Amino acid sequence: MHVSLRSGVYADSVKLMQVSKAVGARDGVVAVLVAMATPLNLELAAGMGLAPDPGAKPDQLLIALRAVDDAELAAAVTAVEAALTAREERGSADAIPPRTVGFALGEQQETPLAVVSVPGPYAVAEAMDAVGAGRSVLVFSDGVPVEHEVALKRAAHEAGVLVMGPDCGTAIVSGVALGFANVVRPGPVGLVAASGTGAQQVSCLLDMAGVGVSHVLGVGGRDLSAAVGGLATLDALRMLDADTATERVLLVSKPPAPAVAEEVGRTAAGLATPFSSAALSADSPDLTAGVEALLQAMGVDVPAWPTRPGTDREVPAGAVLKGFYSGGTLADEAMLVAAPGLGDVRSNTPLRPELDLGSDFGTSGHVVVDFGDDALTVGRAHPMIDPTLRLEAIAGLAASGEPAVLLLDVVLGHGADPDPAGALAPAVRDLPFPVVVALVGTEGDPQGWSRQADALAAAGAHVFASNSAATRFAVDLIGAQK
Amino acid sequence: MNLLSGPPAVVAAGVDVFSDALRAQGAAVTDVEWRPPTIGSADDLTQLALDPRRASANRVAVERVLASRSTLTDVAPASEVIGLTGRTLLHSGPPLSWETASGPMRGALMGACLFEGWADTPEAAEQLLAAGGVELDSCHHHRTVGPMAGVTSPSMWMWCLTDPTDGRQAFSNLNEGLGKVLRMGAYGPEVITRLHWMTDVMGPILQAAVRSRPEPLDVTGVLAQMLQMGDEGHNRNRAGSLMTLRELSPSIVAVDAPKDDVAEVLRFIGGNEHFFLNLGMPTAKLAMDAVGEVPGSTMVTTLARNGTEFGIRTAGTGDRWFTAPANTPVGLFLGDYGPEDANPDIGDSAIMETYGVGGFCMAAAPAIVRFVGGTVPDALATTERMYQITLQENPAMQVPILGFRGAPTGIDVVSVARTGWLPQINTGMAGRVAGTGQVGAGLVQPPASCFEQAVAALAEESRAALA
Repeated sequence: MHVSLRSGVYADSVKLMQVSKAVGARDGVVAVLVAMATPLNLELAAGMGLAPDPGAKPDQLLIALRAVDDAELAAAVTAVEAALTAREERGSADAIPPRTVGFALGEQQETPLAVVSVPGPYAVAEAMDAVGAGRSVLVFSDGVPVEHEVALKRAAHEAGVLVMGPDCGTAIVSGVALGFANVVRPGPVGLVAASGTGAQQVSCLLDMAGVGVSHVLGVGGRDLSAAVGGLATLDALRMLDADTATERVLLVSKPPAPAVAEEVGRTAAGLATPFSSAALSADSPDLTAGVEALLQAMGVDVPAWPTRPGTDREVPAGAVLKGFYSGGTLADEAMLVAAPGLGDVRSNTPLRPELDLGSDFGTSGHVVVDFGDDALTVGRAHPMIDPTLRLEAIAGLAASGEPAVLLLDVVLGHGADPDPAGALAPAVRDLPFPVVVALVGTEGDPQGWSRQADALAAAGAHVFASNSAATRFAVDLIGAQK
Repeated sequence: MNLLSGPPAVVAAGVDVFSDALRAQGAAVTDVEWRPPTIGSADDLTQLALDPRRASANRVAVERVLASRSTLTDVAPASEVIGLTGRTLLHSGPPLSWETASGPMRGALMGACLFEGWADTPEAAEQLLAAGGVELDSCHHHRTVGPMAGVTSPSMWMWCLTDPTDGRQAFSNLNEGLGKVLRMGAYGPEVITRLHWMTDVMGPILQAAVRSRPEPLDVTGVLAQMLQMGDEGHNRNRAGSLMTLRELSPSIVAVDAPKDDVAEVLRFIGGNEHFFLNLGMPTAKLAMDAVGEVPGSTMVTTLARNGTEFGIRTAGTGDRWFTAPANTPVGLFLGDYGPEDANPDIGDSAIMETYGVGGFCMAAAPAIVRFVGGTVPDALATTERMYQITLQENPAMQVPILGFRGAPTGIDVVSVARTGWLPQINTGMAGRVAGTGQVGAGLVQPPASCFEQAVAALAEESRAALA
């Protein structure tokens, strides 16, 4: 047992409780109390059978120990000394990272944009943080219920900010690409895009014609549906109208709901900035034609869109069109372009409900599959990043022996597969039927349009910068065979 | 803010590839360290995020907190100021029964029966309470807060705090000091004797002193000052207690009472590091009571524990308690007490954290983190985290080491759920066995379940209101 009192030593009670705890944790120590000799602590010591001699004063430090043997006791006293004089770590906390968009924007008052790519069920809460803070937000996440999209976009409209998305994969803001977007030159055309790959096709063709874009504002694939009513499209049109860098506004979309298209048309007519639309429909099935019309209106020569000739494989008798797409709008465009020549095309994203092929992609006849459809990307990466599903489908088609012309899209740019031709070329090189590729990209893209085009052409594919041109080429091959 | 003017800076939540691609293009990116919420369903959190009432309701709620001021206007028996009559005892935390009361709560209730003369022996007191002979209710239901067991009986003298702007009041009993005290569940003769002395001698002297002051003591001001002097106002009240003693002493010595009694009162106050706590708590209570019910607000108005359950209330759901079994604090122990001696979390004193001080201002009182072997950076980090679960910074309560940043104030249930960070509470620890008294002090958090229930109820209210 060791009981001592020291004068002239003061440590606060928390420090002393820490010392007691540290020393008490030693194996050989049975009981320990290191404390100022206040009446309360003297009572505690007495309760532990470690009372000091009478006459202890509250300004004295009481060290009371019991150990299994003298050696342990001496070691414990030394440990008390060491613990009493130990220095603590000092300094400041590392910055605590923000855990919500709301807090981050509170700290970053000058930041005009949030990008949300958290799982769909949580995306609206993060996006609303941005809207509530008066900032725009790009929601990459999909799986957001349409009623939540409407509520989010209404709130954004009230707040004077833009919601891009949900399920918005493509945007360019002041030259910075967000998500899947291509390296295109800056210029006067502002795009409002309810379609990611549509916007990529249009911006790439403009770039090839020497015309740049000011911004590409994605609004999400559902924005022009009857349920959403073009809420973000209308806001984006007004924002681009007010933007000094934007001299022309072009709308890119899958087929919009007719009433919404009318509403957009009315708003567009009121803009000071010239407006045109490349929204797809049965009457205007062609994004490339939309670009060409814009170029003509701007007085810019329409170039010959780049192509690479492939191998002239014989078109098998009774060949059907097999379009295996990664871009939803490009798939829609292919069906719209092909339908007049081929008749009905069945799809997982059909033009009419009765053409739905369900989940059987091996079904015979004219088929266009959108492998980027939400139903196929649950739990896996988008086919623009992960080619697995499409490669399996190509192998399945080859194995089936069905006579076909294979039509593919390959989308380059930020976010996409760094070398899509590297994966596709081996898969198409030995196919016994023609392969046609719509290659959407620019020379400035990390993958380089020409490098990818050359690699695909070397594997036998006919390569087109324009998806509608690629589709017509494929349809013509089938038609010529007939 | 114009999205289209100039190169964009971005706040990014979600997959890293986005941030990496943006950085590669030279954009300024702030990453959110997002993680799936573990509290509340995605549907409920989305419902609350989209509730158009929420932002303004929370602003109204927290501004009421910040506008509240507290002055010490009187000291008087509970029977007079909160109408506590008959055999009624108040206790801390959400409502409870004798059957569900923990050891220290039972000890304190028994001690109060002995003090009031409703029973002559601890056994008789226990029988009386077990037979339902005493009505029990939460302090919080009576504009009152009490530390630890918070047991308040009709004869106990109360601090009376008044908001000078609207005359609202809040109350707390007088602090008994440390060790074997009623609020820690002790009920021995020395406890009862001290309570009688506080009632017979100290209460009347304090009443005369407080009433004789030319101006009521600005308790909000004392709380603000002590944060700049190493206190956080919950587990460390040294500077606040000394300032209170300094403020009251001239009036106390001027009271017409025996010299020995005056000296004993001064000695008692001077010897109690937590004397101020019972003034700080009703100050915080005044501020939180100012909120009332604010439909659509997700701000917490009460955090309180009764030794068995932790309970929270919110502005959007008013008087409704959301309760779950209380956690047991982690910390340092007196003498050879250990974790097995500690009772689960107890006391209304978490009103300090509800108000934004205490554990929320850990950075102002680095001495406190050592209770759990923490470091000064831990203290700073704790307060930094609390900023992420609160609505506002309180300009009146400043943390010097954070550049005099205001205290993180107004706990937002939704932010707690989305960050997964629970409020940090600094607390004393009572012995598990009735009669033991204090065994230590440390840190504790509310059970997540309280916040899960609150999220669900707020979302349900939101759906009903917006339907």
